[in-house]
Amino acid sequence: MNGPLLLTLIWLIPFGIALASLMVRHDDHQRIKMLSLLGTMINLVLVITLTLQFLDVAAVNNTVTDTSLSTFHFVYKVAWFKIMNIEYNIGVDAISVLMMLLTAIVIFCGVLASWNVKEQVKEFFILLNVLVAGVYGVFISIDLFTFFLFYEIAVLPMYLLIGLWGTGKKEYAAMKLTLMLVAGSAFILAGILALYFESGLNTFDLQLLSQVHFSDSFQYWVFPIIFLGFGVLGAIFPFHTWSPDGHASAPTAVSMLHAGVLMKLGGYGCLRVAMYLLPEGAHMWMTFFLILVTINVLYGAFGAIRQTDLKYITAYSSVSHCGLVLFGFTAMTFTGLKGGVLQMISHGLMTALFFCLIGMIYGRTHTRTVSEMGGLMKVMPFLSVAFVVVGFAGLGLPGLSGFVAEANVFVGSFANPATINRVCTVLAVLSIVVTAVYVLRTVNALVNGPISLRFKELTDASLLEKVPVTILLFCLFGMGILPGWIIDLVNGAVHPIYNNLMR
Amino acid sequence: MADFIFAHSYLILALPILSFIIIGLGLNQADKSVVIKLAITLSALSMGYALLTATAYLITVMGQPQLYPAQTLICFDFAWLNFSEKLTANMGIYLDPISVMMIVVITVISFLVNVYSVGYMKDDPSFNRFFALLALFSFSMLGLVISSNILQMFVFWELVGVSSYALIGFWYEKPSAVAASKKAFVVTRFADAFFLIGILIVSFYGRSFDFQVLNSPEPATLLSNSFLPGIFSVNILTLSTLLIFAGGWGKSAMFPLHIWLPDAMEGPTPVSSIIHSATMVVAGVYLTARMFPLFAASNTTLVVIQFIGAFTAIFAAVIAITQVDIKRILAFSTLSQLGYMIFSLGVAKVVTEGGHHHGADINPLGYSAAMYHVFTHAFFKCMLFLGAGAIIHAVHSNDIMKMGGLKKLMPKTYWSLLAACLAIAGVFPFSGFWSKDAILLAALQSGHNITFLVGLVTGGLTAFYMFRFFFLTFHGVARSEFHDVHEDPWMTTPIVLLTIPTISAGLLEHFFVSRVTTQVLTESGHFAHPGWLPFVATGVAFGGIGLAWILYGRGKTDRAVALQSMAGPLYPLVYNKFYIDEVYLFITHKIIFLCIASPIKWFDRSIVDGTMNLCGWLLQLGGKGVRLLQNGQLHFYLSMTIIGFITLLFVGQ
Repeated sequence: MNGPLLLTLIWLIPFGIALASLMVRHDDHQRIKMLSLLGTMINLVLVITLTLQFLDVAAVNNTVTDTSLSTFHFVYKVAWFKIMNIEYNIGVDAISVLMMLLTAIVIFCGVLASWNVKEQVKEFFILLNVLVAGVYGVFISIDLFTFFLFYEIAVLPMYLLIGLWGTGKKEYAAMKLTLMLVAGSAFILAGILALYFESGLNTFDLQLLSQVHFSDSFQYWVFPIIFLGFGVLGAIFPFHTWSPDGHASAPTAVSMLHAGVLMKLGGYGCLRVAMYLLPEGAHMWMTFFLILVTINVLYGAFGAIRQTDLKYITAYSSVSHCGLVLFGFTAMTFTGLKGGVLQMISHGLMTALFFCLIGMIYGRTHTRTVSEMGGLMKVMPFLSVAFVVVGFAGLGLPGLSGFVAEANVFVGSFANPATINRVCTVLAVLSIVVTAVYVLRTVNALVNGPISLRFKELTDASLLEKVPVTILLFCLFGMGILPGWIIDLVNGAVHPIYNNLMR
Repeated sequence: MADFIFAHSYLILALPILSFIIIGLGLNQADKSVVIKLAITLSALSMGYALLTATAYLITVMGQPQLYPAQTLICFDFAWLNFSEKLTANMGIYLDPISVMMIVVITVISFLVNVYSVGYMKDDPSFNRFFALLALFSFSMLGLVISSNILQMFVFWELVGVSSYALIGFWYEKPSAVAASKKAFVVTRFADAFFLIGILIVSFYGRSFDFQVLNSPEPATLLSNSFLPGIFSVNILTLSTLLIFAGGWGKSAMFPLHIWLPDAMEGPTPVSSIIHSATMVVAGVYLTARMFPLFAASNTTLVVIQFIGAFTAIFAAVIAITQVDIKRILAFSTLSQLGYMIFSLGVAKVVTEGGHHHGADINPLGYSAAMYHVFTHAFFKCMLFLGAGAIIHAVHSNDIMKMGGLKKLMPKTYWSLLAACLAIAGVFPFSGFWSKDAILLAALQSGHNITFLVGLVTGGLTAFYMFRFFFLTFHGVARSEFHDVHEDPWMTTPIVLLTIPTISAGLLEHFFVSRVTTQVLTESGHFAHPGWLPFVATGVAFGGIGLAWILYGRGKTDRAVALQSMAGPLYPLVYNKFYIDEVYLFITHKIIFLCIASPIKWFDRSIVDGTMNLCGWLLQLGGKGVRLLQNGQLHFYLSMTIIGFITLLFVGQ
């Protein structure tokens, strides 16, 4: 299929599904769910097609990667608001293709995992689809304005999804999450506008802007604004506190999508906009951000040790693992950038599975307090084994995706010879011990030990529930055992960014 | 022919992992008999292929050095993880004398343990899971020893860790087993973090992960000429090799990271057997041997290795004397024997004054003796644990004070374990005598006299505590009632078979001492071989056995009890393992949990989040303030306008 058409279809389909769901009768839950499932399934097929096509194109173009400044393929642009030179300008590179693949997998599993939503089903799935359309839109945008537009479309439905379908202190959590992310967006918008005017080109085109050499003083002021703006979504310390509350209150599919994909938009933006367009700014600010994200990595891990709620543990572990994404970026080396990208994918798969499993376990035990559980291996071996596996993925066990990413992050970060980088690398490596402590503590308390009486009658996952878990497990193992093709793809995409950074 | 065999050597690993996948995914609900057939067959095939590879290696590579001068074969290699254009980690199969020796040991012991487990685990509801995990364990350890580069080794190193976690915590409903599995994983993981940092350093300077590159002289020179910046003028070579050794420190359970090993006996006994003999704990020794040329470039590193090994050897032996749990005694004996292996590597360098150049001051005996001891120890320690398992299975207790008189009831176990105890005590002509003698000789030759003495004394202690265990278990009269004591043929067959290497491994002495080292160490000086050493060592061993006979041999323990009370507070100190576990508990719970993790949790919820909430609250307050202005009262607006106007007038001037 024609590349640009494929890209447009991919974000239009969830939008179309949302519109179609409007037509469905309010209480026809089955049809709404089937519609969403169908949409995500078609999208999954389309994204896989896209990936295969991209692999072909990338294979041809790989020979010239070192000289070209960009590896966007399937580029298509048409003027939208002529007055401001806003364009519908789309195209993908390997990073966006992989992120779209991640999104497609996570949302497909997410729809399956929310099959038991009972209240206001119609609205739930409409919002979910709108959110997904926004996420896809971000990944295909080359025009910064459309990028920002889609970004907002992706972030805002979260407020309603958590506020209405959440649990616990949901209104508070939804409000906090939205306000903090919108504050980040305000920074991003300011930064994007600054780029637009400073470039003198009156363009939002990422590729054109990447050729512009902004003055040092401009880069010095704008880089941190954009980096922090996106960093909020990537849970950068100290702007991470929306994450534990938000994730703990959100319904399963929303947690999956949010931690699995949406948080990645933060890292994606940091790399794609801040570091790609403002390389000198990146050099000037890197030590500062390196220290900040090292705090992230350690602080998140230590924070997770003493939590008692499963979702809080996972949320803090996300803070630590998303810290590793930015940690890879702040290394400012080729391997480090690649490691950050790989960590985005790995963490997306892993944390989606984490929240998926927690949702299923909570649906049975009706508690998320770790100390109240125990011995679940006895009654739900499938879910328990999956939980153990994803736990091990979290602590970076080789053979699972986490190791591939973390190895690249650490090697890349150590490759930067500055003393501060070395020190921070050592600290970050030591965090794997802390991770092991909280992961094993959780796993042991949850699936091992004697089972309490009230859980004796619980059942294992149904066939429908096994599907998303199996898919995600397959991906974790696939990336962990045979990382070759993903790494080749990411290599191709990181080269231009790295070259820009080092020019 | 030989090349064909080498080209398919991946089968040695593929068969166990296949076994794990089939049993774990397909057959986890299947009938036991199917699983038994599959597991035993695949493990036997893997062993068969390992033996075939070893034979081919001996004939072609070691037999005809003109064909393969380096004596190293990389027979399978593909790029696995690409880091940058210059740095890629491969997955390969690296055959050299020590890796070939290890694959034989691992597959043979794994096969015997599989057979034994059929009998030992026959009533366990999770029978199938056990065999799946056992296969995973063998696979991981095999992958570790055939690694062609250090990152691949780290990969399998971690897999060994996770399989041991799953096996130690096999009885997951038992809280003590769950705690032990977590302890084993976290302690070794702690060491692995340093290992990983070491890998980062050497791969950065060496620009490769490959052992062949890292063990060549260039990286050693480059590393030894680099120093840490700032006030610590530490040699990077010493730093990085010590960090890598830290990985082995944890896995091989050297003091003070030994605490996980005695607890690891919470797993089923066949697991303890395989952990203590062929897998897991020897990984650290193997790592040190594998990286030896690099390690040997730093004198400090070797001294640390030597010191830690020797200290662990005697420290663990002292604790073993007081233990009453049969598996704990064996666990501490493993620690002690690992200490021997480690210090043996540490003494593979002659004490010299001043100048020396690469390789010239190496004493290859230290290296080969360590490998030899890995080999002999694997068999007799495996047998000791299998025998202990048979005893536990028969009498349903771990406490040697409650046993006694089992000689008549379990004759096959009795005679086999006698051979193993003589071997570990170092009595001529059993296998342990030869390897331990070689280690002591190496220490003496290299001029490390204190380490030599420690090794000698530990030998006496070893003989004493092993025969204390032996006499208390088998001799005298039964100290409690046993019902239906019998020997299961599934279990006794492997035990009896293991007596063969235990008695006869001494025949391989010449092979180990003169051939195993050839590819690692080229140059060596001439060393004296004092003829008195074997007699002194045997004398010390007999002294230990005799003392054990005096105190425990007559079926009474009154003299031992009298001795205990004489020791005063010393006895509980040793019995409680010098309270090291308590120190760790204090550090983890009181310091890390209470002083770091809890404050962070509080800090995050109160300070960081509080600041965010404060911002929100201030904004709301501001909003309320502004709302006060919009009160809809016309005269208020009017007066505000006038005030504003007047202010503007003043400001305007």
